Amino acid sequence: MNKTQIGTKESQLYNMPYEIVIGLEVHLQLNTKSKVFCGCSTDFGSAPNTQTCPVCLGFPGNLPVLNRRALELGAKVAIALNCQIAKKIKFDRKNYFYPDLPKDYQISQFDHPLAHHGKLAIITGETEKNIRIRRVHLEEDTGKLFHQKDSSLIDFNRCGIPLLEIVSEPDMNSPEEAYLYLTALKSILEYLDVSDCNMEEGSLRCDANISLRNKGDKELGTKTEIKNMNSFKGVRLALEYEAKRQADLLKKGQRIIGQRIIQETMLYNTEKGITEPMRSKEEAHDYRYFPEPDLVPFDFEESLLNDIEKNIPELPEPKKNRFIKDYLLSNYDAAIMASDKNTANYFERCAVLYGNPKTITNWIMGDISAYIKDNNVSIKDLNLKPEHLSSMLKMIDSGIITGKIAKTLLMDVIQTGKDPEKLVKEKGLEQISDIGLLEVAIGSVTAENPKSVEDFKKGKDNAIMFLVGKVMQKTKGRANPNKVSEILREKLKGAK
Amino acid sequence: MMELNTLTAHTLIELLNKKDISPIDICNSIINKIEKTEKSINALAHFDKEKALERCKNLKEGVNKGELWGIPIFIKDNISVKDELTTCSSKILKGFKPPYNATVIEKLIDIGAVLMGKTNMDEFAFGSSTETSCYGPTRNPWDLERIPGGSSGGSAAAVAGDEAIFALGSDTGGSIRQPASLCGVVGLKPTYGRVSRYGLIAFASSLDQIGPITKDVEDAAILLKAISGYDEMDSTSADVPVPDYVSCIKKSIKGLKIGIPKEYFIEGMDAEVKSSIKVAIEKLEELGVVCEDMSLPHTEYAVSVYYLVATAEASSNLARFDGVQYGLRTENIKSIIDMYKKTRKEGFGDEAKRRIILGTFALSSGYYDAYYLKALKVRTLIRRDFNEAFKKFDAIVTPTSPTAAFKIGEKTNDPLTMYLSDIFTISANLAGIPGISIPCGFTKNNLPVGFQILGKPFDEETILKVAYNYEQNTDWHKRKPTL
Repeated sequence: MNKTQIGTKESQLYNMPYEIVIGLEVHLQLNTKSKVFCGCSTDFGSAPNTQTCPVCLGFPGNLPVLNRRALELGAKVAIALNCQIAKKIKFDRKNYFYPDLPKDYQISQFDHPLAHHGKLAIITGETEKNIRIRRVHLEEDTGKLFHQKDSSLIDFNRCGIPLLEIVSEPDMNSPEEAYLYLTALKSILEYLDVSDCNMEEGSLRCDANISLRNKGDKELGTKTEIKNMNSFKGVRLALEYEAKRQADLLKKGQRIIGQRIIQETMLYNTEKGITEPMRSKEEAHDYRYFPEPDLVPFDFEESLLNDIEKNIPELPEPKKNRFIKDYLLSNYDAAIMASDKNTANYFERCAVLYGNPKTITNWIMGDISAYIKDNNVSIKDLNLKPEHLSSMLKMIDSGIITGKIAKTLLMDVIQTGKDPEKLVKEKGLEQISDIGLLEVAIGSVTAENPKSVEDFKKGKDNAIMFLVGKVMQKTKGRANPNKVSEILREKLKGAK
Repeated sequence: MMELNTLTAHTLIELLNKKDISPIDICNSIINKIEKTEKSINALAHFDKEKALERCKNLKEGVNKGELWGIPIFIKDNISVKDELTTCSSKILKGFKPPYNATVIEKLIDIGAVLMGKTNMDEFAFGSSTETSCYGPTRNPWDLERIPGGSSGGSAAAVAGDEAIFALGSDTGGSIRQPASLCGVVGLKPTYGRVSRYGLIAFASSLDQIGPITKDVEDAAILLKAISGYDEMDSTSADVPVPDYVSCIKKSIKGLKIGIPKEYFIEGMDAEVKSSIKVAIEKLEELGVVCEDMSLPHTEYAVSVYYLVATAEASSNLARFDGVQYGLRTENIKSIIDMYKKTRKEGFGDEAKRRIILGTFALSSGYYDAYYLKALKVRTLIRRDFNEAFKKFDAIVTPTSPTAAFKIGEKTNDPLTMYLSDIFTISANLAGIPGISIPCGFTKNNLPVGFQILGKPFDEETILKVAYNYEQNTDWHKRKPTL
């Protein structure tokens, strides 16, 4: 969850004499209820071709009618990315033949995108870097092809789902920066609640342009475009592979004629971890863009834009600053707590219920984060609710349970979803502070470890820690370690 | 019994109201006429008399029967009628039955009109002669050796030949007005946005409008009223109130100012046509209209602009006929590209291919600026010409077509000459303004001549009023072809 903060260790990639230049194109399905130009549902996972109508199937005589909600969501993203929003909304046709495109043209935006000139900050190590956003535009998604032995099938359910294309400038200089850009973008998009942002389901797709140039050069080198990556990690791996491939070609090209980078589209092969040329027989596309005559350009009302702007929630950057101020978190902790919406909500809910924010961040960034990562779940879906964590932390503070027990208890709650206080009672996990009970345990430990007792008596203070540990073991972690240490010292001192 | 098929809709409505006749009587008289003359005219693309009679019998009775209750109507083959063949007279849409009605069809059914069948047209409305139809050419009822005009030639010929009371056509560059003129009937192209295009299979989306082809001006007013109005299914339709045209048209035209643009009286124009128009203008002056010569300076570019804008849009609109979902798909295909190529090669006629290629070229990178973009700019100039003119004039009068009906085959090998038959009608589409063509004479060969009245955007009232007043003081519309 906190990858935005961690820089990749130096690898051979960063020792090469070239500068890597990367630009990303992100396609985002907006989570409107209905499609962008008709009333069909946008639900994911329905039976093929059940969410279609003559409009999205491109039947002759049918006309698109813009779903204003899609435009509003698009504008929301554009505002959050600090873009300038177009005053006039205009659509264009992008013409090309393909069976998943029923009209054989896609309604998109060409020379007047919804928004342009934005920026998105990423944090690389200690420093912040702005990645410029070239343009953000609205278009319709295509259908999906399923290739069989002798034929292909088409599912048009996806056809006409609103897509927002977010194009960055080539401002990223490493696969890691590309990864950080995507993570930061996703974080904002989740805050805005405009998309499911699920790369596996295809609600977020990313194509990458990459080229190399000699360090210090101003001209861009020959680029390739990489497609077919289905995770953020995949984007980073594909770019790392492609950067090395290009570097090798550039190196060879100095000696061997014909060895050079060709401007082409590469597909990332996830299984092999390599990029391969698409080898499409199609010739270079001339999309013959022209203004969509079925949709009349219109002014984007100032008042509507103001409304959208007002309804944008607190985004990661201002939230981080507020966390520093309100909860006295360090910059690092605050950035991680604010980096994604669910974590931030979780943290803040805990902070309301329980007094010590720093302790909360330690738990979230420690055991909870580890569990989330290992099990690939979201913090918001955990059985361990903020109420549970808070009551657990309170039990530690009031000496009811030990920190050690708390770690086990945490996993118990995550597994069962039971109330931690009840679990403590059911399983008898309360901390033992009763001196009588503790003395019994201490008695048997000292009897079983005469050597350590001797060592302590000879002045080896460390030996006491070993004995405390043994008592904890005997009480299954429930003993109050401070009390045990106190009693032990008292007892052994007396015996000296 | 009188021949009901020869009457106008407003006359039939009166007879129906008096209960002198029934919808079945009208339907039967149409069927009789079709059985007599359709073989020689070939005005219809799809017609099933049993279905037509069935629809007549199923008409709902009662008080709220609707303004066109029991009146039969024919529809151009590019307007979608649910579960009925709608093929644009093209092989590529062979067998296509849309699962929806065009908005105009919904409106007509709602007010009790009886759908009779579909009329022949130039393939995808590409043409001025109805010769490019996959169902063979339609013939002009006034002279079977001649074309009826196009592309709504089937609708115009059916109305002129009394196979139809009235019909719907579509007009992208003159496709309602030019055939109306050549067949001696009334044809009106409404303001762009006045009538919903939902369900009209697009030729050029920024130019297309559906409109009436009728036997007289009053019927044009009735039918226009029936199909007009804002439609939320068509973003280009305009939310402008629709007046009661029938009551408007009967008002006086005294004192109206009408412009006569000098660019519309060109060399090479048929002398008989020219003199008919001159006489018509004199008639209008007699009726109290003030006619004045004027200029629409960018007229000479209209044909060039039109053939870039219209073909560019058409090349994109017709891309969907690819064999994937509906219509024709060629057998024995090796790949998807092979399917596209063979299906489109087999499915489209020569003129459709010519226009698709022309439009594709105009939009291609490297040519876009020089052709399409420049055409858009000149289109703005043409629109501005009209805006300026309408500051001074209430309407503009011109010939509808430079010639009367020409012979079948006469221009098929010369597309450029063919394109010039739309020279007087194209500008109205580029400017989005309404225009009407009404009969104003005959040539020595007994071929009809029409003249065109152009009006301000959304001011169909004025052009209908001028047309009505002229018509009521002349007899041209009363003549019938002998068939």
